[in-house]
Amino acid sequence: MSVPISAGAVNLAGASNPARREWVVFARRLARRRTALFGLVVVTVVVVAALGAPWLSPYDPVEQDITNRLRPPGVVDAGGRSHLFGTDHLGRDLLARMIYGARPALMVGFAAVAISGWLGMAVGLVSGYFGGRIDDVFMRLADIQLAFPFILLAIAVIGVLGPSLPVIIVVIGVSSWVVYARVVRGAVLSLREREFVQAAHALGSRDGRIVVRHILPNAFTPWLVVATLDMARVIVIESALSFLGLGVQPPTPTWGGMLADGRVYISTAWWLATFPGLAILVTVLGINLFGDGLRDTLDPRLKL
Amino acid sequence: MKIFLARRLAQSLLVLLGVSFIVFFILYLTGDPALVLLPPDSSEEDVQKFRQAMGFNDPFIVQYGRFLVGALHGNFGQSVRHGEPAFGLVVERMPATFQLSGAALLVALCLAIPAGIVSAVRRNTILDYVSTVVALLGQSMPTFWLGIMLILVFSVQFNLLPSSGRGSLEHLILPAITLGLFTTARITRLTRSGMLEVLSQDYIRTARAKGVSDPPVVWKHALKNAAIPIVTIVGIELGTLLGGSVITETIFAWPGVGRLSVQAIYNRDYPVVQAAVFLLSSTFVLVNLVVDVVYTYLDPRIRLQ
Repeated sequence: MSVPISAGAVNLAGASNPARREWVVFARRLARRRTALFGLVVVTVVVVAALGAPWLSPYDPVEQDITNRLRPPGVVDAGGRSHLFGTDHLGRDLLARMIYGARPALMVGFAAVAISGWLGMAVGLVSGYFGGRIDDVFMRLADIQLAFPFILLAIAVIGVLGPSLPVIIVVIGVSSWVVYARVVRGAVLSLREREFVQAAHALGSRDGRIVVRHILPNAFTPWLVVATLDMARVIVIESALSFLGLGVQPPTPTWGGMLADGRVYISTAWWLATFPGLAILVTVLGINLFGDGLRDTLDPRLKL
Repeated sequence: MKIFLARRLAQSLLVLLGVSFIVFFILYLTGDPALVLLPPDSSEEDVQKFRQAMGFNDPFIVQYGRFLVGALHGNFGQSVRHGEPAFGLVVERMPATFQLSGAALLVALCLAIPAGIVSAVRRNTILDYVSTVVALLGQSMPTFWLGIMLILVFSVQFNLLPSSGRGSLEHLILPAITLGLFTTARITRLTRSGMLEVLSQDYIRTARAKGVSDPPVVWKHALKNAAIPIVTIVGIELGTLLGGSVITETIFAWPGVGRLSVQAIYNRDYPVVQAAVFLLSSTFVLVNLVVDVVYTYLDPRIRLQ
């Protein structure tokens, strides 16, 4: 067997800095989980596709070519252009549209998770640390939020305000804070009683400093796991909204919108509805696998 | 126990009050309802008269109070499109949605609990791997895509099952599977982890040591204790199912509340939207109240908290 020289080198480099060494240990543990690694690869591919769409895409995603409409996958059209996944009802290349479709999905995913994540973090910290009346109020608000059939609430609000990228992001973001708040609150409740927090109190630290410097970093791990898994959920919701015609509007390609188009041609062109759905499935699966791996590595006891 | 029930009931009423406020607020966001409800060529004077007559000029809180009193009487106003009371329209569609959600839940429980148990008992065998992978796929699959794929295979290719409408039992099969898959995946994973945890407990070892054979240990000793989190999640999942019915009903043209509300949103028929959101949310709150009460019977520790 060969000696893993590079691994040894990394270890030495990290030894000087405890925080960095922890990182290396964490990365190694995560890398040992093959499913998590697979998830990470999938996510990376989707992110690269979204960022590099103009260079990676074989054709313009909105360029129509009526003479070559509804071509099955793999066919080379009269102009000598090949369409790996076929063309849609307007002769647009399906692969190009799928690559560009990663953009709204990820954009809504990241932005909405950023909003709900920080909102939930703030609520969880305040609710857990101060407890009492304010905690009661927030937890009742959480109950109210959870009582709504989420997708119905989203389409009602978007239907009223009109579908646009910012509206979709804000609606999903503002209505998804509850999971974060509950997880962070739970973590804070146990952290509050720990010695290092008591010590900070005894030394005269103010509440704000204790929360930000001592509690937040320790509540971050469960939060990160929730954020990862929630991203998968948000991407499905974005696709569902596009599917219902309430997402980012055409001609911008969205996976959900492509599925809605494909549904019309279900009896003649199976590929139109099949491939965009696969794109959603693989992306969501990748994020879920990565999130599961992250949870198992960071805190196996965490039940989510 | 009585105190617990009273507190829990008060909590549910508070939640419903909050729901009613948000439902009202959504309509308030639409801007001037007079412009939506009146023909576009109405004169300014007519618009003013209409506003005064309908109470749109009153302060926000007065309008909300009126809405709340109406809602308590089952009065959400007339449907703009159908010219009938919105409440009646929604209630009429409720049985279809309940039937679909119930069938989906049944599918989920019938598949998930055996799968989860087998997975836990035969841990790290091929059966466990298959059920884990299927559960993982089920959790990642978008409902609407699954529905379309099922139609593609069973309706378009093999012509075995109808792809839309409601009527015979055959109409129910595809929508119920579509709606139930996500819940199936969730409950499978939960049953598996719950069973694994319970099976490692001391009392299971005691039962085994006493010479109790495998099936009674699994079914009587283990499942009873693993069932507690499953009951809770059934309550939560019912919310997912009621919400998910919006998309499933749209795909399969199932005449339920979900499809009605999507159409109502497209038609800007807000009284119907309000009635639908309010009734679905109320159902969810009610179900969770029942689940919590059942829960206290299963696990007396909860009552003491």
